[in-house]
Amino acid sequence: MNIQQELRDAARKLLAEGGVDQIIGWSSGSLPMSSTPLFAATKEEADDLIFDATCGSNLTVYFTKDRRQIARDGKKSGVVVKGCDARSIVLNLKENQIKRDDVVIIGVPCDGIIDRSKVEDKTGGREVLEFSDNGKNISVKGRGFDIDIPRTEVLSDSCISCVHPDAGMSDIFIGEPRGEQKTKDQYLSVEQFEELSAEERWERTKQEYSKCIRCYACRNVCPSCYCNECFVDQNDPQWIGKTLDLSDTIIFHVIRNLHVAGRCVECGSCERACPMDIRLLLLNRKVAKEVAERFGMETGVDPDAKPAMSDFREGEKQDFIMG
Amino acid sequence: MNDWQPKILAILCTWCSYAGADLAGVSRIQYPPNIRVVKVPCSGRVDPLFIMKSLQSGYDGILVSGCHPGDCHYMSGNFVARRRFAVLKPLLEFIGIEPDRVQFSWVSAGEGERFAQVVTKVTEDVKKLGPAKRLVKQV
Ligand code: SF4
Ligand code: SF4
Repeated sequence: MNIQQELRDAARKLLAEGGVDQIIGWSSGSLPMSSTPLFAATKEEADDLIFDATCGSNLTVYFTKDRRQIARDGKKSGVVVKGCDARSIVLNLKENQIKRDDVVIIGVPCDGIIDRSKVEDKTGGREVLEFSDNGKNISVKGRGFDIDIPRTEVLSDSCISCVHPDAGMSDIFIGEPRGEQKTKDQYLSVEQFEELSAEERWERTKQEYSKCIRCYACRNVCPSCYCNECFVDQNDPQWIGKTLDLSDTIIFHVIRNLHVAGRCVECGSCERACPMDIRLLLLNRKVAKEVAERFGMETGVDPDAKPAMSDFREGEKQDFIMG
Repeated sequence: MNDWQPKILAILCTWCSYAGADLAGVSRIQYPPNIRVVKVPCSGRVDPLFIMKSLQSGYDGILVSGCHPGDCHYMSGNFVARRRFAVLKPLLEFIGIEPDRVQFSWVSAGEGERFAQVVTKVTEDVKKLGPAKRLVKQV
């Protein structure tokens, strides 16, 4: 897998002759098996770029909200994107958050991002001290263990059901596209949850969301969440209490989900950012399923399509309305 | 429990459903007195937050009603609202909120009779469910 070298070469070339001021990508994080955003402005810095199974954060976020200055401010930025991140770019272009001329999209084919907690299950909770990604497998080493794990066994939930792993929109594409994936049970986890009784669903929702500490990391990393003032931060009127009361927490999550309805690309950045390991994507994917089934839309796939919730068809199904 | 009376919030658009409620009133059609009416300019004005907030503050049921598709005073308000509710309703059910707690209907200004029927149905449905507990803020 020598995407990494190709990526660095392309970045160097863009910085040298492409009129690009910086490349936004990933570099190795300070801990093993982690990555961190990299803003490379020089050729030397570009040599720190990586792309492997840990590059989970959706870097499109640097073009939106208060962090947009990092990518914009008269600068031209190259940004490295997986399939989902590219869909975020498409959405943000449509929503006028990014100017096409300000960004050079560097697409990479993605084999899926690993879920740290799934890897930790495999190591029996022992700390990973060395990590490498060999494509099909990942190897992890630590005190008393040195194991190879098939990547498919430790993929993030969002990646298991990913249909478009390649950047759909890109100026430069590094490596071989994987092509559209035929995922049979795209919404399996949602369907399994739907089959539970209402009581059981409520119990699980309660269990999951009572862990939330309202740090808003999930919102902060989301490239689709860019309001200048988020409804949870509003004081006048204050829509929702800033407490850990379960009702406040659940309302925050339900409304956030509706705000990203038809706009969420299921990149999983929110879930990865959550310090409490809350399975956030279950709700997002439920909404995505409704949007796909009812409106036949998928976020960020068609650059010309209006986001689902700002559009309508007259004859749409209205089974939920009293007859 | 038999004489327990639910509190139901009815969010009605001013052009159709509110006028429908008015017609029910002037025509002296009887319907259960369990609803508290909030008038909004259009069903498109109804932010899902209104619904969540009402559940949180202890309403046992919520009815949102607007003009029939095609009859919106602002042309497309109810179409946009419909998409919103089309996602909100399944999402609420998904997290375990009883389906009948939050209901949607279209009632025109000429449908006083129908307004009474809708309110009767919602009231009966919510009575069957009993008082709302989930999502109510415990203070
Ligand atoms: S809600 Fe989560 S999965 Fe969806 S776009 Fe935002 S960060 Fe990505
Ligand atoms: S990141 Fe996790 S803990 Fe923080 S607000 Fe989001 S769900 Fe809650």
